[in-house]
Amino acid sequence: MSSTLTPAAMAYRRLPNIWDVAAFVAVLGMLAAVAAAARGTVMPIAALQAGGSIHLDPAYLPGYALRTTMRMFAALVASLLFTFTYATWAAKSRRAARVLIPILDILQSVPILGFLSFTVAFFLHLFPGNVLGLELAAIFAIFTSQAWNMAFSFYQSLTTLPADLEEACRGFRLTGWQRFWRLEVPFAMPGLVWNTMLSMSGGWFFVVASEAITLGNKTWQLPGVGAYVAKALEERDIGAVFWAIGAMLLVILAYDQLLFRPLVAWSAKFRVETTASATAEDPWMLAMLRRTALLRRGGEELSHFLGFITGLPLRFPRRRRAEARSPASTRLGDIVFGAVVAAVVAFALWRTVSFVAQTLHWSDLLRAVLLGFITLARVIVLITLASLVWVPVGVWLGLRPAWSRRVQPLAQFLAAFPANLLFPPFVVVIVTFHLNPDIFLTPLMILGTQWYILFNVVAGAAAFPGDLQEVAKNLRVGGLLWWRRVIFPGILPYFVTGALTASGGSWNAAIVAEVASWGDTKLAAHGLGAYIAQATEAGDFHKIVLGVIVMSAFVVTFNRLLWRPLYDYASRRTVLG
Amino acid sequence: MDATIADTLIEVHACRQSYHKEASADLLVLDNVELTLREGEIVGLLGRSGSGKSTLLRIIAGLLRPTAGDVRWRGRPLTGPVPGIAMVFQSFALFPWLTVAENVELGLEAQGVARAERKKRAEEAIDLIGLGGYESAYPKELSGGMRQRVGLARALVVHPDLLLMDEPFSALDVLTAETLRTDLIDLWSERKLPLKSILMVTHNIEEAVLMCDRILVFSSNPGRVAHELRVPFAHPRNRLDPAFRQMVDDIYAVMTRRAPSLATPGTVAAQAPEVTINTKLHAVSTNVLAGLMETLAAPPYDGRADLPALAAALQLEADELLPFGETLQLLHFAEFEEGDIRLTEGGRAFVQADTDDRKRHFAEALRQHVPLASAIRRTLDERWNHRASSVRFLDELEDHMSPEYAEETLHAVISWGRYGELYAYDEEAAQFFLEAEAVDATG
Repeated sequence: MSSTLTPAAMAYRRLPNIWDVAAFVAVLGMLAAVAAAARGTVMPIAALQAGGSIHLDPAYLPGYALRTTMRMFAALVASLLFTFTYATWAAKSRRAARVLIPILDILQSVPILGFLSFTVAFFLHLFPGNVLGLELAAIFAIFTSQAWNMAFSFYQSLTTLPADLEEACRGFRLTGWQRFWRLEVPFAMPGLVWNTMLSMSGGWFFVVASEAITLGNKTWQLPGVGAYVAKALEERDIGAVFWAIGAMLLVILAYDQLLFRPLVAWSAKFRVETTASATAEDPWMLAMLRRTALLRRGGEELSHFLGFITGLPLRFPRRRRAEARSPASTRLGDIVFGAVVAAVVAFALWRTVSFVAQTLHWSDLLRAVLLGFITLARVIVLITLASLVWVPVGVWLGLRPAWSRRVQPLAQFLAAFPANLLFPPFVVVIVTFHLNPDIFLTPLMILGTQWYILFNVVAGAAAFPGDLQEVAKNLRVGGLLWWRRVIFPGILPYFVTGALTASGGSWNAAIVAEVASWGDTKLAAHGLGAYIAQATEAGDFHKIVLGVIVMSAFVVTFNRLLWRPLYDYASRRTVLG
Repeated sequence: MDATIADTLIEVHACRQSYHKEASADLLVLDNVELTLREGEIVGLLGRSGSGKSTLLRIIAGLLRPTAGDVRWRGRPLTGPVPGIAMVFQSFALFPWLTVAENVELGLEAQGVARAERKKRAEEAIDLIGLGGYESAYPKELSGGMRQRVGLARALVVHPDLLLMDEPFSALDVLTAETLRTDLIDLWSERKLPLKSILMVTHNIEEAVLMCDRILVFSSNPGRVAHELRVPFAHPRNRLDPAFRQMVDDIYAVMTRRAPSLATPGTVAAQAPEVTINTKLHAVSTNVLAGLMETLAAPPYDGRADLPALAAALQLEADELLPFGETLQLLHFAEFEEGDIRLTEGGRAFVQADTDDRKRHFAEALRQHVPLASAIRRTLDERWNHRASSVRFLDELEDHMSPEYAEETLHAVISWGRYGELYAYDEEAAQFFLEAEAVDATG
């Protein structure tokens, strides 16, 4: 698969800003409420035996890896359920979409990692004294890294259904249920599968982070690769860290080969295209599934069964069609709806402010904002450096098909690898040589996210039209002029997509990258990420909320003021016709 | 078949379709349309794009609800899609993830028909339409003609009384379209189709005369039934038959007439249409206009051409040729006369001029005959910085036409103004502006 889909959030039209603000406040209000609820319940709960249940013997690793993988699966199922309901609701109701879609957009920008402690406390409260609560918290953390993106992709597909297929469905009087499974889900499938695969990388990152949570003086550890690494850090066992990295590599490789490559190839069948395009060879797993008689037989039975279920003439309760309503009643409904939303937003704002203001002053806000600017500077410097390195490399590779075919899966694989597993070796170096953490912790933020720039640029260069290359050669355009006039504008939309994804990921990574520990040695850089991490360690919920609010504001502003206009510009200017 | 004793399938009475535009009057797509469809006939809705014929077809299919008026299916009010009506789409509308057989079975599945019965009926429809052997193929493996056969089979398999076809052959190449038309007419004549009647939308005049028993010619903006003709020929029809040719010619004449004179066919003189700042323009390339004028000026036409003959020679359909001709007429470079198009003096002068002079002629024509273009230029002359946003012109247009039309009109006036060097356009800023030399020329 050579195409790189844009992140779902970028491709949809620009939002009306007032709804953005409303969504922003509503989301933060929700988080503050959870935080407030969690605060009182966290302390009485007996901590799971801190670290005691995790063994550093590599023999335990396969078991831990399995547990981690199962969590990923559970989160995937939850994300799918969320996608099918939330996105469908947003697509079917004009009013719901006004609120649901900006909320989704904001949720994508909120560094949920900062809220890990709350969600853990929340789920522990739901199932007191039970590991299930902890498991659910971990699964929820993974869910938050995937669900928004998947829901966006699905929503976008539902709002761009081909008009003629839609009319055919209505003309043949398919019921809502049949239409969902015959038209809507199949049409959305390629985008959904691709986005799911890309969001897996966030999932691995979160699962590692969420298996070992420290809140105040309590530590919870869930058996898994992440907890194993946390334990290794505590015990200063660098060998164990490398074992964990190896195990993770294998798990991700298996996921990629056994699940996603076959899925992506299979989903190509649902692409709406008028001509049969050159199809790549089936991945070995899919080929095996398709050619093994027994499996094929089972598949047929299954598809008959599914066909029967999805073909059932179930009707959803019908809403009146929009055109049947009078404009006056529609307007009245809009006003009522707007008033309700405004009330909810006002309440959320009041709750958030009053919660944060309980112990904090304006000076705390100022400090958080200042730290935010330090982290912002880090992100900008890192993205610039990474671009300077990976754009030339990506272009070089992308223009050579033989190379790009080999490099592309590798870059995607590297992007999927949870970078937080790679932190310890760096930390060891910093500790050993007494390096300045403000500078040398910084690269960790982009360790995992730089690959997005690489594989997007490779895809862009690979898609660069051959005739334009020939023209440039024919006119003997070379050197800087070639970069400025030919290739850079040509790959700009791809580059912006990659840089945007990388920058979003870096903000999130700041929370785990700006602080590090090696045994008893604690390192911290100055920055908003460290602020949130330290507040988490101290169990100061007010400061966590403040830190997350400020960081979300930074990310959203950054996206709105820089990335989205840049993306619009790139896609407007570099596409012919 | 005697129309008076045949059962009436569809009755459309006083049908109006407007689309609501806030803060201004509703825009009319269809105005006061009457249509009665009886068993045993093939009826064609013929008209230009934007004449609302496809809208009417969707209203009859139950896919759209008219703003006003009465639509009855077998005497009962029509409120949504009914089992007795099936539709064939211009774009085929096949589900790419379903095989031919699965596509054909879709309508039966929606009706809850059991699997064995579904298979049997789909098989019959597929065989009838000449697709036997392709059951397990996916649509993207098929050619355009084959795909439309799947579309037909899918509509026929539900055994509808009325088959609706929305420009079913216009996405196909000439040969394929002809085969499919003939096959369909043969099946109809031999009464092998499980149908009582067919209603088809087309912009192809010959196609309408070839297939239909009755043709309703639509006028544009708003869509009205301008003319109704009965086609008296028996199937199979011969395109080269003089009577056939005469009928095609007559319809061309009807379609190039001005709206007011349509009510009294036969007494037509081409009067200058009233062009205002809000007249819808066709986004026709100036290259096409120049090429058309050169063709008209050269032999064998020598300044005057029969429209059907010209369309055939240029391999254009009426729907494509007429906007070109109308634009030339708007610019006073040519005139329609009873199914002919004639180059004016201005048109001849344009053809004989060299590149720069052509631009001057064109700019002059724009200033004189396209009020929107002259208004833009006037605005730019008045502004101190000689820049003006296109948004205000677009907004003004949208008060009088649909957003798509407004977009097309703006596109046309931008492209023509650029060619005539009347003004320039900055796409990034969405602004018209004057180049330095244009400013000097006026100053």
